[in-house]
Amino acid sequence: MQAENPILSIQDIRRDFKMGDETVHALRGVNFDIHSGEFVTIMGTSGSGKSTMLNILGCMDRPTSGHYILDGEHTEKLKRDALARIRSKKIGFVFQSYNLLNRTTAIENVELPLLYNSSVSASERHRRAVEALERVGLADRMNHLPNQLSGGQQQRVAIARALVNDPVIILADEATGNLDTRTSYEIMMIFQELNRQGKTIAFVTHEPDIATFSGRTITLRDGLIKKDVINENVQDAKAAFEALPPPEMIDD
Amino acid sequence: MAPLTLAKIAIRALLRNRMRTFLSVLGIVIGVAAVIAMVAMGEGSRISIKEQMTSMGSNAIIIMPNRDRRGGVQMESSEMLEEADVIAIREQATYIDGVSPMVSVSGQAIVGNNNSPTTLSGISADYLKIRNYEIEDGVMFDDEADRMAKVCVIGQSVVKNLFPEGDPIGKTIRYKSIPLKVIGTLKAKGSGDFGQDNDDVIFTPYQTVMRRFSATTNIRQIFANSIGEGYAEKATEEIMGILKERRSWTRPTDPFRVFTQEEMIQTITSTSDLISLVLTIIAGISLFVGGIGIMNIMYVSVTERTKEIGLRMAIGACGRDIMFQFLFESVIISLLGGVIGITLGIAASEIVKAFFNMPMSVSVTSVIVSFAVCFVTGVFFGWYPARKASRLDPIEALRFE
Repeated sequence: MQAENPILSIQDIRRDFKMGDETVHALRGVNFDIHSGEFVTIMGTSGSGKSTMLNILGCMDRPTSGHYILDGEHTEKLKRDALARIRSKKIGFVFQSYNLLNRTTAIENVELPLLYNSSVSASERHRRAVEALERVGLADRMNHLPNQLSGGQQQRVAIARALVNDPVIILADEATGNLDTRTSYEIMMIFQELNRQGKTIAFVTHEPDIATFSGRTITLRDGLIKKDVINENVQDAKAAFEALPPPEMIDD
Repeated sequence: MAPLTLAKIAIRALLRNRMRTFLSVLGIVIGVAAVIAMVAMGEGSRISIKEQMTSMGSNAIIIMPNRDRRGGVQMESSEMLEEADVIAIREQATYIDGVSPMVSVSGQAIVGNNNSPTTLSGISADYLKIRNYEIEDGVMFDDEADRMAKVCVIGQSVVKNLFPEGDPIGKTIRYKSIPLKVIGTLKAKGSGDFGQDNDDVIFTPYQTVMRRFSATTNIRQIFANSIGEGYAEKATEEIMGILKERRSWTRPTDPFRVFTQEEMIQTITSTSDLISLVLTIIAGISLFVGGIGIMNIMYVSVTERTKEIGLRMAIGACGRDIMFQFLFESVIISLLGGVIGITLGIAASEIVKAFFNMPMSVSVTSVIVSFAVCFVTGVFFGWYPARKASRLDPIEALRFE
């Protein structure tokens, strides 16, 4: 598995922010590769640089120096519109606060990324959105509005939205941060299932127990990699979910 | 992204905020409807003035003394017109079809217990064709045979006032104690351009007025008509030539003033054009205000939807996509406002025409121009907010609460 070319390669990435007279070094030379089919958690406390890392991985921000090669393409020098095209074709985002368009049905929310890809026809768009919703188990909620869905269901719509453009990597930013433990585990089940189907996932979180569901954990601290370890004992989210006390007992 | 898809996104966004969309559309609707109605009003009054002026007498020319006043003081005694001038014009002028003096007296026409405060107009028979009058009943007096005769021809309003029971021919009107025998009546012409009643007239031979009523040889005005449209200027020059020659006139100023129908139409239409221009400008300002309303709403919309913009960018929208999405929204608002406004403007024009009997004429040009202006308004006022949206930083925008 490690023999093939990595799906993304981060090479000596630095990112400086000018705050008035001061320069903040958010990332100070980070190196790692992610290979196709990996499920990587990026951990770190606030201020560790993990958000900056995620923004660069998601092609929303450019490094001050260093190289970022995504799916064989150098991205560090690309202009805004070129980065947008990469986001449109190669990246799927899942956010902490779901970021679904309100007053817009689940299926329309899922179709949204494909609207910005002119090579996908309307019928193809619909077909793929239905398929993506089926994969997250929401085939029966397609025409529901976000406010008619629970938090977990909304996050599943968001995952379907991240899947619909068939990205080379799914980037999740604290995707379970707004959810209770049970729902978090449900969401992690979906991520694990997607990973088993071959999806590459980078999951940013600060919760250590979430990291135990992934195959590898990169820990950032003060803009540098502190640890980059393979998780020998990957927990099964389904088993963890079933081991939880039933919801009635939590209520007591 | 395909324009159609962007339009769909924009429409969806507008439908999500129906009330707000409705209100900003309303601003444009009012502006456009006002422009359409004002232009229709201006255009209508222009046409109606033209029609009325023509019905007053086609190609009419009026000659009157040129009162040379400076600072309100009459500098020298003005030249007066006299009967010989009328005869000279009639005999010599080649571009003139008919010519008639006009001398008048004010007073009451009385028949039994009925009276009518109608001006008595002394004219010659040509006056009828100059002013487009026609005989309804009886006959018109003859210039030679009825010279100084105590006869008259009356309009329908006078018939109504003085002879409510009808049949005035052969009866006698008393005007300043002088009996005038009615020998004819005129066909109704209706009210004129400025509300005066063209049927409230009593015509009598001019010599009758000059000798029996006012005891003067001066003529206040001479009416004439040119032989056809486009001859007004030549006819004017010719008349002026004849009048000057009769007086061996050598001074640089003209002794008389000559008004032609064409000039009068121009004078009146230029006034009404000015009024309609002012009204149209006011209406245009309200359209502009509507545009500012759009800009305002687009600004609010961009700020409010910062997070949405961030999300759209994160999932692959480029700046241009965002820009056009918002531009489409403002253009759709303004075009929708334009269509509704044009419809309402036309409807309002028709209602005013039907119920208030005002001349209204919706011009195709004003409709096309309004529609074009709406489009430009949408682009113009949507541009800046749309550009602001397109330049947002996706990271900052996503973080926006």
